Amino acid sequence: MALLNIKNLTVKFATATGSFTAVDGIDVHVDRGEVLAIVGESGSGKSVSMLAVMGLLPDTASITADEMTYDGRDISNLSASERRTLIGREITMIFQEPVASLNPSFTVGFQIEEVLRLNLGLSRRDAQSRALDLFRAVGIPEPEAKIKAYPHQMSGGQCQRVMIAIAIASNPRLLIADEPTTALDVTIQKQILDLLMKLQEDYGMALILITHDMGVVAETADRVVVQYQGKKMEEADVLSLFENPQSPYTRALLSALPEHATGDRLPTVSDFFAQETAR
Amino acid sequence: MSDTSNLAAPVKLSDAAIRRRMLAEFWFYFSQNRGAVIGLAVFICLVLTAVFAAALAPHDPTTQYREALLVPPVWAEGGSTQFLLGTDAVGRDMLSRLIFGAQYSLFIGIVVVSIALFGGVIIGLLAGFFGGWIDSVIMRMMDVILAFPSLLLALVLVAVLGPGLTNAMIAIAIVYQPHFARLTRAAVMSEMKREYVSAARVAGAGNLRLMFKTILPNCLGPLIVQATLSFSSAVLDSAALGFLGMGAQPPSPEWGTMLAEAREFILRAWWVVTFPGLAILISVLAINLMGDGLRDALDPKLKRS
Amino acid sequence: MIRFILSKLLYLIPTFLGITIIAFSFVRILPGDPVLLMAGERGVTPERHAELSAQLGYDQPIVMQYFEFLGRLLQGDMGNSLVTKKPVLDEFLTLFPATVELGLCAILIATVIGVTVGVLAAIRRGSWFDQISMTLALVGFSMPIFWWGLLLIIFFSGILGWTPVSGRISLLYYFPDATGFMLIDSLLSGQKGAFTSALSHLILPSLVLATIPLAVIARQTRSAMLEVMGEDYVRTARAKGMPQYRVIGIHALRNAMVPVVTTIGLQIGVLMAGAILTETIFSWPGIGKWMIDSISRRDYPVVQSGLLLIAALVMIVNLLVDLTYGLINPRIRVK
Repeated sequence: MALLNIKNLTVKFATATGSFTAVDGIDVHVDRGEVLAIVGESGSGKSVSMLAVMGLLPDTASITADEMTYDGRDISNLSASERRTLIGREITMIFQEPVASLNPSFTVGFQIEEVLRLNLGLSRRDAQSRALDLFRAVGIPEPEAKIKAYPHQMSGGQCQRVMIAIAIASNPRLLIADEPTTALDVTIQKQILDLLMKLQEDYGMALILITHDMGVVAETADRVVVQYQGKKMEEADVLSLFENPQSPYTRALLSALPEHATGDRLPTVSDFFAQETAR
Repeated sequence: MSDTSNLAAPVKLSDAAIRRRMLAEFWFYFSQNRGAVIGLAVFICLVLTAVFAAALAPHDPTTQYREALLVPPVWAEGGSTQFLLGTDAVGRDMLSRLIFGAQYSLFIGIVVVSIALFGGVIIGLLAGFFGGWIDSVIMRMMDVILAFPSLLLALVLVAVLGPGLTNAMIAIAIVYQPHFARLTRAAVMSEMKREYVSAARVAGAGNLRLMFKTILPNCLGPLIVQATLSFSSAVLDSAALGFLGMGAQPPSPEWGTMLAEAREFILRAWWVVTFPGLAILISVLAINLMGDGLRDALDPKLKRS
Repeated sequence: MIRFILSKLLYLIPTFLGITIIAFSFVRILPGDPVLLMAGERGVTPERHAELSAQLGYDQPIVMQYFEFLGRLLQGDMGNSLVTKKPVLDEFLTLFPATVELGLCAILIATVIGVTVGVLAAIRRGSWFDQISMTLALVGFSMPIFWWGLLLIIFFSGILGWTPVSGRISLLYYFPDATGFMLIDSLLSGQKGAFTSALSHLILPSLVLATIPLAVIARQTRSAMLEVMGEDYVRTARAKGMPQYRVIGIHALRNAMVPVVTTIGLQIGVLMAGAILTETIFSWPGIGKWMIDSISRRDYPVVQSGLLLIAALVMIVNLLVDLTYGLINPRIRVK
């Protein structure tokens, strides 16, 4: 049985110029301990669908789905307090801009100990030492000093490590990572991804990795879902997707990889479609 | 999949057409704010009242009817249809005084804002454009003025110059100037960094031309909003000065002065106190509503959902 | 942080000098002979005139006069009131606590109610509460407070008879000034009913004075909260499973308060202007009323020095606001 099972999810936003459909009838499921990658361009609705699951969308969003279950439980109509037994404990999420995702007025130590004390019920002393352990586990150097630091004093990579530490603090069964490395330096990107994969293996969590980088998909995912403008284009295990893409959009994405650049231009998705129609 | 052949040649619009489009767009955003439209409507009524005061008012505002002292409004006991809103302590018709008072309020607002705007913008342009020590000296002077509570400084200035409407307006305008100067300076400084200024300079534009024709038109937004705010503050502050006996002098039907004369009758004749203040409140509220709407319309990215 | 404080302090000096220059010039600008003005209405003989001129230093070049003025100022000598003949500084210090008590009460009311309303309006954006409270805030912001005070007097004192019309405490009570704060002194005196009397005298003027700051603070808090609630870190707090009260009350509010504290501080400066009107209406014996009376009585030493003292006070308050801002904004406080 799948850990997370979503069928026919639709998310519409009420805007000043009418209703906007960000996600249009997609199906997503993740099994225990599996790494699922959701790929797509900006505007494909890949983040919105996961934010809808977490209940983090604003009130202007209307969410409908045939099925939205976690571990067999229906999570589409939970009350706020019921939702909080899952979100932040069994299902956690990290975001794209790590420095902006941390509260600038509190130390990072405060922000992780908050989770340990409120969600796990640890005492202040236990929370402090566990926070240090978690910082070490995510590879933050000099954790005793960093615990008292403010987010603006730390680099993007370090802040993302803090976010990951917060996310794994409660030993979650599902971690959703929304473009975790997009805002980071290239060299740091690899470190963070390796860290995520290592933790995924150590803790046995399911991992949903949202990204627009096919290279990342190749290195990390077990299964892939390709999205475009709110619709699911293709779903396959990673090997099949790369060797034998079914949807023309997937083929376009793969052809746009920098490795496929010939001559002096980087290929784009529209180039691919132009070629296809020319044929 | 895409067809590149259906791009039409761009149409060149005349300056007048561009202005009409901008106005239409501005009105679209402005009219979405119900309060702002109501404020505008009330303000227009105010202007019309002031302009046609002589025709609208049933009586002359300074005529004293000795037999009709402190007559209540028409709907109260003892009221009369001759004096719809009652009379004051020396028998003058409240309604007529209020109508003529609108002239004072509008006049004060326009004069004060004009002086403060004109002076403040020039100072701000000079400070922002030339920078360096000119900027420091000018801004320090502005800070000194701002260190004084505005009403207090205006009061002292009027005490120096002598009580009266003109002096009150000058005093208030001097006190408001730093706000415009600061605003202009900030806008100028951020515009100076833009490329179109360097381009104009390279093309040989002189300092004066740069200041007035190139940079200033782009700083208008915040200036307009500040002008509305200062307009309403001017009405309030001049009424306050009138109330303290430092502004328009009796028997002028200025709303604040009317309140000063009415103070001793607050428990005996509530209408002498209520109506002038209500007039001030409604006028200031209308202008502030417009100001809010203007701010939203001139910078739509701030408020759109 | 130290550098921040020092730069702010250094910046004060030229502004303070500017204030003294303006206060100094004030009497010099007046039309007429300054010596005659200082001497009062009795007039002077030519010998006395020369004597006074020398004494007041009017025969010296203006720059020298200014430095002498500044020198005396820094020693605390601000001349004597023409009316009471007492030192201006002493009168100021006697009347000052009354204004402070009124102002503190007003800013307390304005902050507590304003922040609460602003936060609630932001949480329930677009609801009837939001629309009504923001409309009321705009009305409060547009209110001529001298009229508002009169209306409240008509209603609460005249019609209902709940509150007194003027003064700080009923004339029945007399006790020595311990702190100058009527609320504290009345409690200390132990006299029955004194505290209630002091409170009933304080409440209406405080409400009137608090009206405009309350409106401004409510609007500012709402817009600051709205901006903060859209930030990424608030989303993270929710993603961590934090309960709503914690997300709003701790994560969001702590950051929204940074610009709001600045607003509150600036409103204290605005309070001074409002105090002038409020004290006049309620015959509250504070600095505002003192200034008005002195201006109409042509008591120029008082006007000159009073202006200076009030401006210096506002400057100090603004400095404290700046420093507080530096303290609560962690980007400035830490490195």
